[in-house]
Amino acid sequence: MGDLASAFRTALGLILSLDPAVLAIVTLSLRVSLSALVLAALIGLPMGALLAVARFPGRGSVITLINALMGLPPVVAGLLIYLLLSRSGPLGSFGLLFTPSAMIIAQAVLITPILAALTRQVLEGMWEEYAEQLRSFGAGPWRAVPTLLWDGRFMLLTVLLAGFGRAAAEVGAVMVVGGNIEGFTRVMTTAIALETSKGDLPLALALGVVLMAIVLGVNALAQGVRGIAARWAG
Amino acid sequence: MRTPDSILPLRTEGLAFSAGGVEILCDVSLTITAGAPTLLIGANGAGKSVLLRLLHGLLKPSAGRVFWSCPAEHAARRQAMVFQRPVLLRRSVLGNTLYPMILAGVARGEREARAAEALALVGLADRAADPARKLSVGQQQRLALARAAALQPELLFLDEPSASLDPAATRAVEEIVLKLAARGTKIVMTTHDLAQARRLAGDILFLHRGSVLEQAPAEAFFRQPASATARAFLRGELVW
Repeated sequence: MGDLASAFRTALGLILSLDPAVLAIVTLSLRVSLSALVLAALIGLPMGALLAVARFPGRGSVITLINALMGLPPVVAGLLIYLLLSRSGPLGSFGLLFTPSAMIIAQAVLITPILAALTRQVLEGMWEEYAEQLRSFGAGPWRAVPTLLWDGRFMLLTVLLAGFGRAAAEVGAVMVVGGNIEGFTRVMTTAIALETSKGDLPLALALGVVLMAIVLGVNALAQGVRGIAARWAG
Repeated sequence: MRTPDSILPLRTEGLAFSAGGVEILCDVSLTITAGAPTLLIGANGAGKSVLLRLLHGLLKPSAGRVFWSCPAEHAARRQAMVFQRPVLLRRSVLGNTLYPMILAGVARGEREARAAEALALVGLADRAADPARKLSVGQQQRLALARAAALQPELLFLDEPSASLDPAATRAVEEIVLKLAARGTKIVMTTHDLAQARRLAGDILFLHRGSVLEQAPAEAFFRQPASATARAFLRGELVW
């Protein structure tokens, strides 16, 4: 118990003194997860919106598949990207394995289905409500996509926050494709895993506290955004 | 009353619509000309809303056709429709008014001017920045009318625009309808409220079981309907 308390004190000291090692790891974590979020949003949001408005054979299967991929284990996503990026893999010539870029790609792959599936859910209900009115204005499903994305902006912000939370908190994918190289590809989650197994509890705890604070902050933000969304949804 | 590139008169021939094997409209042939409002009346289920949607192009007829006095693509741009329960976008009152004009390709400067004028027409000028969906039901319907009016349609379809409104809001809607009609917008409107039909109608289309039983000037129709069914309907009997 005394060990834990002193570890916790040291951890808070590391955070409050803005320890360079902690700072570097936190910065890299945010850079990787935010980049992955942008990449995944560019693909996932339009994909979800199109699935919400388009009617085509096999649509149900696509939705089922994307919903299932929401539960893709991070370590499996990491493995897939590892196979693609490894020296002998199809994209091996780019030399991306064990770089932050590989980690960004792996997290983007992990959260794109989440963004697409949640976007589809949010916008499909809205499309059912809007369809006849928009057709009266002369807008078919394709023209409706940007309208729905804009009108769903607050709800979609919570979708983005969910995706970011998932990316920032996962460890399997970045571990496999990043390699947890100190000062280069070591992020909060992989550092926590490593330091815990090494027995360096203060650093692990310090990073754990920062990670929890980020996750809490993201959820508080999502809550606030939902309030704004309710105001505009009437 | 016919200008060279007007979309009116609007004519239908043998228009029919069925859904799921149930015939909702059959063999509707009618002509709607420019002028005072045309009111579609008839019992619930007579096919009033379906007929409006067929005319506006929201539903495809299972038989028959709608003919405009100009090419169909021009006609689509010169008509608008307001629904019984308006669907307002999750935007400001002004944003809602601008949106259909953006789709219609109205120039930016003109959009602002038309929106301001339309919101003034319906008495919502001071609410322009508010979230549209926070308005009361009556205000929402007035906004839907402003949104349609800003498109400056030649023909405006109204589907029971005051069905879910209280008397004060109904009165506000009727005043707007009359103002639009006075400007030369042709109104084609359904209502289940006979008193409202008397107040607004230039002529009446009486629908019964999916067919047009009568089309007559309002004054003549209410004084002496031609069919026994219409007479029973006007007496308030349940016709079915």
